[in-house]
Amino acid sequence: MDIIGRRKIWYSISAILIIPGIVALFLWGLNFGIDFKGGALLQVQYGQTKSVDEVKNGLKDLNLGNLVITTTNNNGFLIRSEQVTPDQHAKITEALNKVGENKETSFQSVGPTVSRDIEKKAIYSIIFASLAIIFYIAYAFRRLPKPASSWRFGVCAVIALIHDLAFVIGLFAILGHFLGYEIDSLFITALLTIMGFSVHDTIVVFDRVRENLRKHPSNPFENNINTSIVQTLNRSLNTSLTVLIVLASLYFLGGLTLHHFVLALLVGIAIGTYSSIFNAAALLVTWQGWSMNRLKKVNAS
Amino acid sequence: MRRNLWIFLLGILIVTCLAGLVDWPKGPKIFGKEIKVHEGLDLQGGTHLVYELDISKYGGKDINSATQAVINVIDKRVNTLGVSEPVIQASSIGGKPTVIVELPGISDVNQAINLIGKTAQLKFQETDPTDPTKLKDTELTGEHLKRAEVQFDQTSGEPQVSLQFDEVGTKMFADITKRNLEKPVAIELDGQIISAPTVQSVIESGQAQITGKFTVEEVKNLVSELNAGALPVPINLIEQQNIGATLGNESVQRSLVAGLIGLILIAIFMIVYYKLPGVLAVFALTIYALIVLALFKLIPVTVTLAGIAGFILSVGMAVDANILIFERTKEELGSGKSIGPALEEGFKRAWSSIRDSNISSLITAAILYYGTSGLVRGFAVTLALGIIVSLFTAITVSRTFLRLMVGTRFEKFLTIK
Repeated sequence: MDIIGRRKIWYSISAILIIPGIVALFLWGLNFGIDFKGGALLQVQYGQTKSVDEVKNGLKDLNLGNLVITTTNNNGFLIRSEQVTPDQHAKITEALNKVGENKETSFQSVGPTVSRDIEKKAIYSIIFASLAIIFYIAYAFRRLPKPASSWRFGVCAVIALIHDLAFVIGLFAILGHFLGYEIDSLFITALLTIMGFSVHDTIVVFDRVRENLRKHPSNPFENNINTSIVQTLNRSLNTSLTVLIVLASLYFLGGLTLHHFVLALLVGIAIGTYSSIFNAAALLVTWQGWSMNRLKKVNAS
Repeated sequence: MRRNLWIFLLGILIVTCLAGLVDWPKGPKIFGKEIKVHEGLDLQGGTHLVYELDISKYGGKDINSATQAVINVIDKRVNTLGVSEPVIQASSIGGKPTVIVELPGISDVNQAINLIGKTAQLKFQETDPTDPTKLKDTELTGEHLKRAEVQFDQTSGEPQVSLQFDEVGTKMFADITKRNLEKPVAIELDGQIISAPTVQSVIESGQAQITGKFTVEEVKNLVSELNAGALPVPINLIEQQNIGATLGNESVQRSLVAGLIGLILIAIFMIVYYKLPGVLAVFALTIYALIVLALFKLIPVTVTLAGIAGFILSVGMAVDANILIFERTKEELGSGKSIGPALEEGFKRAWSSIRDSNISSLITAAILYYGTSGLVRGFAVTLALGIIVSLFTAITVSRTFLRLMVGTRFEKFLTIK
């Protein structure tokens, strides 16, 4: 099975997967939830059917500024506004009670300091995790026979990672625009988990590469890498399969609160498996090719 | 060699039984306290509040002690609400000191917020000798209060607050009453005058009553606030999250069932694909799950919905180590070794993979832990715990099971495809 030889095909597939998402990202941006934007989110459940207008009119006199009201199942309503004080919250509850009998199922109010903090932490976490992974792989694979360099291993692993994140983020940009899926703290958690998992996968392939490079130093680099991938194929697929089975079960049968979170994980880990098998190691070969070409040019001149 | 294996197996069985005992729904008692699962806010309902300390007017000094004082005051106030396991912690956001208050199972959140947020500065004021139309602060404040109590007037039956000052306060109060005989003394709470009685006599006992048109509820609240003490700095509510218990419950039930189904599917897959080693792996995984759940109860780990997801995911990942060993062993068998040596070589080779890949997962879990807060953090904790325990069970449990099978009549079933 020649995987490395066909790497241009895999790179194209990756591009096809990522580009729509990135375009969506530029066109529409991400649909950030109140964790990142700040504001208030109130969820109530009415005993009888009410219309969005009825609820909107009930709250009209409170001068709450930008109000977005959407419906959920079972006569439920999601009311979004800017951050409210406890007093305002009490007044809102009063106004909602006038419209009809209801129960407050959840309420969240996030101030600007908190949301800025969450945003900052999210970005730092992802950057920090990427760096940590590069360093860790460089360290774990420090004794590699030439021409491989442990830093390249680390960087290639992280590039594969970023590819995975790009796909998931792009997907959620599309879903955010068309279906209103929101980016919240849980989404960032999913991204970091995907990173951890994708690296997990990639390391298994790299570990085999290391072994083959040591055992067969005379084989061409490309061949060693290809054999490594083929040898670890079964294992990569099976491990991912077990995790995906569990996630699929959670997605289709599990509670609704975690739905988007599980979807992000499901998609991310699936893509992570793909990139570990078809991208990460292939990048090593491509990089090797570039540096050999540079050497040739230097020698020729 | 084999005897060591059997000893190992015994050890594993004992640990499993202990874990099972802890996991049993009605937990056993250690030191009189029942071991049970600590449910996060999203599972039992409640509220999560974040208060920012307003240190703009604070005299600089020691912010840590101010934060600790705030925590103490909030703690006392929260105690009167009857919440079973409140969580009050210092934290910081963007460099500013904050206090996180979690009240599981609370019914009236607004009452709690009102109670917690009151600065409760009690002041006694007298008429300014230079300008009789104005009031002047005396040195007597809530700091000198030893105790406040609810009292009912003997004759009218009206509720009132009874105050008892400490030594210094008693002396001050005596002086104030001496100075202001026949004149009104104002009692101010948080900038509002709640009572302004005329001094009838000099009071040396350090006891006073605050009367007014109070309801019993108001008097009770006042007493709580006064006894809890004043907040050294004002606090602002910057984040609030109320979660109704029902929302959590429904999600949890479904998620647990879904998780269980997922795990059963994994078990089926492992057995079908790997046959006997697969069965052993399923046993190992069951033991793994029991140990992790027991640790959740013992440490204890606060379990949130995200935490449950983390646990379920970690079980899926724990299978990985087993698969790595099996696949490697298969290869060694393919290269002509017999089952015993193939297994040992399989372990050895697989171990570096298992170690490195799990460590990198742990690194991301650690970063997750520091990069998130509140309910979402539970995911990082359960995931990390799961990974660590899975490393342990892979080396000990799986390996022991497999090794035991070698050299017995089951050996021939170990040949994987």
